[in-house]
Amino acid sequence: MNLPKPGNPRELLALVCLVGMVALYFGTHPSGPTTYVMTIWANQATILALVAIAQFFAVLVRGLDLSVGAIVALSNVVASHLLSGSAFEIAYGTLAVLVVATICGLVNGLLIVFGRLQPIVATLATSAVFGGIALLLRPTPGGTVDYDYADAMTLDVAGVPTALILMLVIVLGFWLPLRRTGFGLSLYAIGSAGEAAWQSGTPVAGVRIGAFVLAGFFAGLAGLFVSFVTTTGDAGIAPTYTLNSIAAIVLGGVALRGGVGSLFGAIIGAFILKTIAALMFFSGLPPLAQPFVEGLILALAIAIGSIDVLRMRHRLEVFDR
Amino acid sequence: MRIDIDALVPWVGSLVVVLLGSLVFPNFLSLDYLLTQAQIASFLGVLAAGAMVVILLGHIDLSVPWTLGWAAIVSTTLVGTGHPVLEAIAIPAALCTGAIIGVVNGIGVAVFRIPSMVWTLAVNAMLLGTSVLFTGGFNPRGEASPLMRALASGDKLGLPNALWVWLMLSVALVWLLRRTAFGRYLVAIGLSEKATWLSGVGTPRIVFGAFIVAGLCSALGGVLLAGYANQAYQSMGDPYLMPVIAAVVIGGTSILGGRGSYLGTVGGALFITLLTSVLSVMQFGEAWRQIIFGGIIILMLLVQNFRRGVQA
Repeated sequence: MNLPKPGNPRELLALVCLVGMVALYFGTHPSGPTTYVMTIWANQATILALVAIAQFFAVLVRGLDLSVGAIVALSNVVASHLLSGSAFEIAYGTLAVLVVATICGLVNGLLIVFGRLQPIVATLATSAVFGGIALLLRPTPGGTVDYDYADAMTLDVAGVPTALILMLVIVLGFWLPLRRTGFGLSLYAIGSAGEAAWQSGTPVAGVRIGAFVLAGFFAGLAGLFVSFVTTTGDAGIAPTYTLNSIAAIVLGGVALRGGVGSLFGAIIGAFILKTIAALMFFSGLPPLAQPFVEGLILALAIAIGSIDVLRMRHRLEVFDR
Repeated sequence: MRIDIDALVPWVGSLVVVLLGSLVFPNFLSLDYLLTQAQIASFLGVLAAGAMVVILLGHIDLSVPWTLGWAAIVSTTLVGTGHPVLEAIAIPAALCTGAIIGVVNGIGVAVFRIPSMVWTLAVNAMLLGTSVLFTGGFNPRGEASPLMRALASGDKLGLPNALWVWLMLSVALVWLLRRTAFGRYLVAIGLSEKATWLSGVGTPRIVFGAFIVAGLCSALGGVLLAGYANQAYQSMGDPYLMPVIAAVVIGGTSILGGRGSYLGTVGGALFITLLTSVLSVMQFGEAWRQIIFGGIIILMLLVQNFRRGVQA
């Protein structure tokens, strides 16, 4: 596995927390750790994990993508129009969804790099556009996704949830190789010291655009997965995903200032958030108290992540965080 | 007085929107229509004023929706009790709520140095949670006091009261930003917090102050909106978050902090209100409104950047 490097203790801490919480969840779940329970848990967490991965790529190069939620919604809506019919049509539809999402990411990247807009502002505006297009394509929730296809993606293979296998494939088959390429290295270089990266000949413009294209692609994957889980299209799902994706990567040890963290951490953060929600559902907490406790845990988790500010040896170090 | 040209962009934009709109509906140039728009823009403007103070600092306040929501809930609930004293303190209590939320935001950002985008988001989530807990998920009972209704909907000397509130807040804020040390430090921190701290400024104090001002403005916006709707309702603030940030940004304030003018924020609030109004009067559906809205914001920002690029 991709064990976090000792350089990022937060990621390790997050992993330990996640393991503890997952053990608690499956230990206390009324029906125990059956494949069925695992699958539902893994599906929910995987959606958020994919959005978090999208957000991770944007944040890594000192951007923030407020449009990931809108891209998820748009992909979900497009999928609800295209993912039915013959096997060929479905394959073509899947490709089309991912292409649409990737184009959204490309638009963000071009606006940010060549339009010189601040990432937060540019993606705030494009999220309105993408969300509007989604609403145009599907004014009210509806549409269907091929059930066999959806089942294949959201059930299990030999007792292991397909969603978890997908996560594993992304980490082992995509992230680890990417990390070793020049592009992967450049992502970190730009995030931690943009000017130095530029002076050393890193194609900063291209790599930044690439990061946002990847963000769009993964948001599209998330939209596809939402479609598999809900088998319907809904243009109104955007806001929660954007905000939760930011919370997830922070929990997973990704620094919002860029250059720190990994895709693996983003996945851990997303799984932590969803496990908290799942734990609460079975905890016997009154339903009305759940949103509050969820917010409280989020705030505490973030505050604990920043507690080392109290151990700073010199006041000035604080400003470089 | 030096006028930032970026700040004029939304003003020109507002003019263009009204003129283009009037080609289709001559009504757009009537005083009545413009005053109604000014009244609606006041709600957005009050919220944007607070958001701008925090953005000047280089931070962002994402807790606007539920700060606004809680101010509305507190004020309408107090009025709803029917007790004259409680009714009298409804507005001060709402403003206090906003200030307290500002302090909570300040603790996370100034003391724990959590990125404001994340911390205020968490605070917003907690506020949502407490409100669900408090109201049981239903619309809170209660109503706006006559004073709140008058502030939001009445008029004095031919101008809507909401506009007067906005004007007074604006005067106070311009004074705060231009004539006080607090305002100078705010911009200085936006440019370089480290340098400001090394110059002997107690930067955490300023950050606290900024978030308290933002909380107060959000709460005032909440009181006005509750007065306008004569009630508080669940997630009444959610549709305001993005327009508020957009109003500040198209007014030429840098999202990174340190640069911006209040005149631009006022123009931004007017522009967004007029654009929304024109698009809905022209019978565009919600979907097209969003697309055009987003497109125009991108266009205006590109124009600003292009102009700066030509200048440099």
